[in-house]
Amino acid sequence: MDIAFLITAAAILAGAAGAMAARNVVHCALCGVVSFAGLAVAFLQLRAEFVGFAQLLVYVGAVAILIVVALLLTRNFEAMHEALAFRPWTLGLAIALLVSGAVVSAILGSGLTGRAPSSAPVPAVKEIGDLLMTRYVVALEVVGVLLTVALIGAALVALREDGPAQRAKPGERGPVEGRPED
Amino acid sequence: MFDALDQLFVSLKHWLVGQLPAALQPWASLVISAAAILGVFMTLFALTVLIERKGLGRIQNRYGPNRVGPWGLLQPMADFIKMLTKEDIVPSGADRVVHFVAPLVMVVPVLLAYAVIPVGRNMAAVDFNAGLLFFFAVGACIELAVFMAGWSSRNKYSLLGGMRAIAQMISYELPLILSTLPVVMLAGSMSLVDITDAQGGHYGGWLARWHVFTPWGLAGLLLFTVAATAESNRAPFDLPEGESEIIAGHLVEYSGFKYALFFIGEYLGMFAVSALGITLFLGGWRAPVLWLEWVPSYMWFFLKLGGFVALFIWLRGTLPRLRADHLMNLAWKFLLPLVLLNAMSAALWHYTAQWTFAGAGLARWLLCASLVGVPYVVLGRRLFAGQHIGPRTYRMAA
Amino acid sequence: MGELARYLVLAALLFGIGLAGVLTRRNAIVVLIGIELMLNAANLNFIAFWRHGPHPEALTGVMFVLFAIAIAAAEAAVGLALVIAVYRHYRTTNLDQIEEMKG
Repeated sequence: MDIAFLITAAAILAGAAGAMAARNVVHCALCGVVSFAGLAVAFLQLRAEFVGFAQLLVYVGAVAILIVVALLLTRNFEAMHEALAFRPWTLGLAIALLVSGAVVSAILGSGLTGRAPSSAPVPAVKEIGDLLMTRYVVALEVVGVLLTVALIGAALVALREDGPAQRAKPGERGPVEGRPED
Repeated sequence: MFDALDQLFVSLKHWLVGQLPAALQPWASLVISAAAILGVFMTLFALTVLIERKGLGRIQNRYGPNRVGPWGLLQPMADFIKMLTKEDIVPSGADRVVHFVAPLVMVVPVLLAYAVIPVGRNMAAVDFNAGLLFFFAVGACIELAVFMAGWSSRNKYSLLGGMRAIAQMISYELPLILSTLPVVMLAGSMSLVDITDAQGGHYGGWLARWHVFTPWGLAGLLLFTVAATAESNRAPFDLPEGESEIIAGHLVEYSGFKYALFFIGEYLGMFAVSALGITLFLGGWRAPVLWLEWVPSYMWFFLKLGGFVALFIWLRGTLPRLRADHLMNLAWKFLLPLVLLNAMSAALWHYTAQWTFAGAGLARWLLCASLVGVPYVVLGRRLFAGQHIGPRTYRMAA
Repeated sequence: MGELARYLVLAALLFGIGLAGVLTRRNAIVVLIGIELMLNAANLNFIAFWRHGPHPEALTGVMFVLFAIAIAAAEAAVGLALVIAVYRHYRTTNLDQIEEMKG
């Protein structure tokens, strides 16, 4: 087992554990970023260059930012010290341990352990693009529609509840986004 | 002779690497490239800060720094010593770890971004197949650094500045990335080396085939420059720092070397995004005309970079800061439609390449240019309609 | 452990950590981070199987992960918008206290 994999795996797992265990919710988000970035490195180690960079761009650049903005908009940075007493938390932990333990034992028991990586070269971006425009073109279009719908839907859902009546007239300074009136 | 001069640094690196045992060679190659990037761009940073202060001084009808050394040339050195010897204050309420990590998260990705930029013939540290995506992927980490700085300081000004910066950078990332789309479409590659190669050759036997000489390239460069200025938080888009409103935004609680790191990160980010613009639209290290090909390639690159930096300084000295709602309107209602139209214009340019009738070149140019130009005028008129923009009158306190 | 198995074990552990977080935390946004971690674990599996499978040149795993990343981004946007809307109504993102179905 090479050292690069060990470091990456340690970063991914430590980041994930931090994200799930930290009391401060912003720390949760930042630890999550460590995990996401570590996964991007893992993708690079598996020679999926394009996916690794896409992972970094989407998760660190967009999802993480979305999460921290949502944290700040919901005033979570004040209510930082939530106790970990949701449901019997030992039960949740036990279920998670059981699931991952079962999966790990299944992996180790299967015939997959000895398989070596194929020696195929790093896929060129051009190949990915060609496939996206030929074989996967329907999926690509559907994802495009989905993203557009998600964008509009998210904007609509997060708009103030009292609707457009209270929105500032054009020319005036708009309402501070998403901040509830106090 | 000229070839030897052009490849001087490449052969120097090969010679240096060749001195080492074979096992170390790939590592040594990377270390030398990294050291070169660090050395060159840090020197450029010091020079730029000096030139900016002097240039802004001239624009504002004063001298600028002229006390340290001849013509103030040693001013960067004095600044550096000052920065290093200042007390490093961490606010007592601050989140110490995040406060410490934020400047590093700012600087490291910016330095990584230089790895894919070809600064001369055969002078890219790494040639990723998805180099452009790599550039934007590491660039995305900067937003997180700004958030970390703003949040960890536990200061309302920093938090406001950080949130402003995030909103701005997210909004302008879209036009920035989409404005590079036509280049990728027509060059057929995301590798910056390939994109530079795609701009080889000459129009009419003398004018280089840079993308900027095509209608979509010209529009793309202009849109890219606007978005890049906003993305690197430079004036007139420096709302996140807005000294007169929120002191210095996310930088309020930073001092000493940590502040210096943010400062360096900002300038290096500006250079990196300029270098990307040069590579995508201005031919990278290529000479503009055939008879200037003898000038070494890296000279051309840094000449263009100097031009970009001068433009940024000039803009900063000339334009007033935007208002927050204008900033968002510009990104979402103006730049975004235009970059999408520009991609269509590039597609049209590609499919009209076979036109052979007389005057086809000109007709093609005008057609593609009008596809972006007409919406530019219409959209501009519509957005400004109803807003009374004219000479401003000032009422002084009586 | 072999090349493939170690990535699968890593993904399984990551999935377990995400699942534990989703089951035990009560802040809606932290639960969302947990879901993203689980999704990422699945992505890691896809890439590992693609690299170690018999036909890496078909790029099926890569394609699947690319689409999964796009959908995860959409999911995060909608999910967080929902959290903000819920917060505006209930003044909390604590999943225990959001129990009424009627607005």
